[in-house]
Amino acid sequence: MTGCSGWVTPNPYQPVACRVVAAVPETSDTVTLTIAPPPATAWRFQPGQFNMVSLYGVGEAPISIASDPADPEGLVQHTVRAVGRLTRPLTTLRPGDTVWLRGPYGRPWPLDAWRSRDLLLVTGGLGLAPVRPVVLAAGRARHLFGRIELLYGARTPGDLLYRDALQEWARVFDMTVRVTVDAVPPDQVWAGPVGVVTRLYEAMTSRPGAVALACGPELMMRFALQGLLDRGFPASDLYVSLERRMECGFGHCGRCALGPVKVCRDGPVFCWDELAGRVWVEDQPVLQAVGGGPRGPAAARRT
Amino acid sequence: MPARPAASRSASPAVPAVMAAGDLGQLFSALTTRGYQVIGPTVRDGAVVYDAVDGPDALAAGWGDEQAPGSYRLVRRRDGAIFGHRSGPTGWKRFFWPPELRLWQARRMEDGFRVEAEPAADPPRRALLGVRPCQLHGLLRLDRVVAGGPYPDPRYRAARERAFIVAVNCTEAGGTCFCASMGTGPAATAGYDLALTELVTDGAHRFLVEAGSEAGRAVLSGVPHRQAEKDEVAAARVLLQKAAEAMGRRLDAGGVKELLYEKFEADHWDRVAERCLACANCTSVCPTCFCTTVTDATDLAGGRAERRRRWDSCFSVDFSYIHGGPVRASVKSRYRQWLTHKLATWHDQFGTSGCVGCGQCITWCPVGIDLTAEVRALRAGGERGNGV
Repeated sequence: MTGCSGWVTPNPYQPVACRVVAAVPETSDTVTLTIAPPPATAWRFQPGQFNMVSLYGVGEAPISIASDPADPEGLVQHTVRAVGRLTRPLTTLRPGDTVWLRGPYGRPWPLDAWRSRDLLLVTGGLGLAPVRPVVLAAGRARHLFGRIELLYGARTPGDLLYRDALQEWARVFDMTVRVTVDAVPPDQVWAGPVGVVTRLYEAMTSRPGAVALACGPELMMRFALQGLLDRGFPASDLYVSLERRMECGFGHCGRCALGPVKVCRDGPVFCWDELAGRVWVEDQPVLQAVGGGPRGPAAARRT
Repeated sequence: MPARPAASRSASPAVPAVMAAGDLGQLFSALTTRGYQVIGPTVRDGAVVYDAVDGPDALAAGWGDEQAPGSYRLVRRRDGAIFGHRSGPTGWKRFFWPPELRLWQARRMEDGFRVEAEPAADPPRRALLGVRPCQLHGLLRLDRVVAGGPYPDPRYRAARERAFIVAVNCTEAGGTCFCASMGTGPAATAGYDLALTELVTDGAHRFLVEAGSEAGRAVLSGVPHRQAEKDEVAAARVLLQKAAEAMGRRLDAGGVKELLYEKFEADHWDRVAERCLACANCTSVCPTCFCTTVTDATDLAGGRAERRRRWDSCFSVDFSYIHGGPVRASVKSRYRQWLTHKLATWHDQFGTSGCVGCGQCITWCPVGIDLTAEVRALRAGGERGNGV
């Protein structure tokens, strides 16, 4: 276990009703909810963990925690994109509404093990949300880390999360922030780089020796990791956070089984060194094809 | 982690007892006076299933079964054996890990919803009569999945802790059995309160009885019995040995984990996928399959909602659905997930095999896919099909 204390209830499936204190739109389809846990609960989490978030009568899903683990008021934030049956109504919540939480679950980013290292954070799309606690925690304890560089790719300028914070992080936390977009629609303005996030590797200053994490769509992580391996980053310095279906969060529902691991219990954060050769080829071209995975005709076919 | 301390269920060092078959009713009485509801094998819908039985007359006595890939038939026995049948389709996990369970419900009040937790305590005290050694191992493995760890399932655990288990050793092996390969039978070695071995000989119908716990010894003390003779103990041993030698199936478990890791991309999975219907029969009869789904439902007025947990299967296409599509869309990847989890990755996740050799997935597969044959085919090079 992670050493985090959540809400202990006799029934591990029973969530706690929490009040939404703010709902801030990030993009046209994505909202950051700020949620106040009930006063009686001691709410603590570590960057990279997730909650099971639910709406009464609708359903429940695992969603990464996107906020500062040391928030003085104990508030917790989830950045949610409206893509499904649960997330659509979640993005319509208003301050004062009730949302149900249980957690936190999962293995966090190992920030303690990264002390005194340079950090390279490679993120894509909504994958910036589970990395935001890393930025905030490392930024607050800035002296514990070397150089910090954040690479962030979004589909369009209108899809950028935490848009105002990005520049502020660079200034306040003395970190390098590089942002790219895949495309610029005619009605949007963008002066920055255009292209997938790995295009930013050409300009980045991070070198092997830095700890790197990748978080985003699986295809993006695949190319992000491959690019880093090609540049001489060892697999033992690469980290990912995986997404799988989960319906319990604590290892009982079986749905997030990924070969020898359960993503909810053993992840969602993994060192690539642990996963290389152990992430399994499924139907989709997933992380398997990245160098360091098992070699064979099928693996080659998929690259 | 066993739901009950192992020490209380260690095998008895004492000489086994012998109970006359005619005194089975006394065992029922001893259990019911202690507050147990007896669940045992009974005939329904053309199969031996496990359900509440109020006395020996309700048991599936005199029935046997013939099991083969995709085939199950009840047959009349001539010897009058009471437990002369093998594992059946319904299994015992449902009494602890039910097919459907309300996790909690909530009502709409003036100031919001109020959650009404389901009571964790006070599940029925059940005596399971006739648990086969393979099925007993199934429960012990399920214990490791849902009763241990930082999030033990309270209702599973409470029901397990209150259960009294009467195992019945298998003196005959069935056509799809392979417990001897998996080290789970044909004799129970742990996890029972009482273990019976049925001895049917000319004019004498009796049970060799071993107590595996204090609770077992207490119940046995309320049932007429005597010390077993040496020849009775020997007769039981011979029967169990013969059953072990007469297994209908065999699975070479040595190195099977490494084999499946190595064969993850073998072409043979395509051959299995051509036959597999992804119907999930195998997962519903498996004593260790535990996967579930959680769904919400509301009443029409929206005043009440509940969250329910149901058995699910890695064979259903939605099982692995995430935004963008299922991780395992093809039947091939789903069958591979099931078999690889059962025989290989279960070891990584829970420290044991997920297979107990009961053979029910073979019997109840509508197209008769036989995992022991699939493993053989993979071992042989991954190019051969069923019935190798």
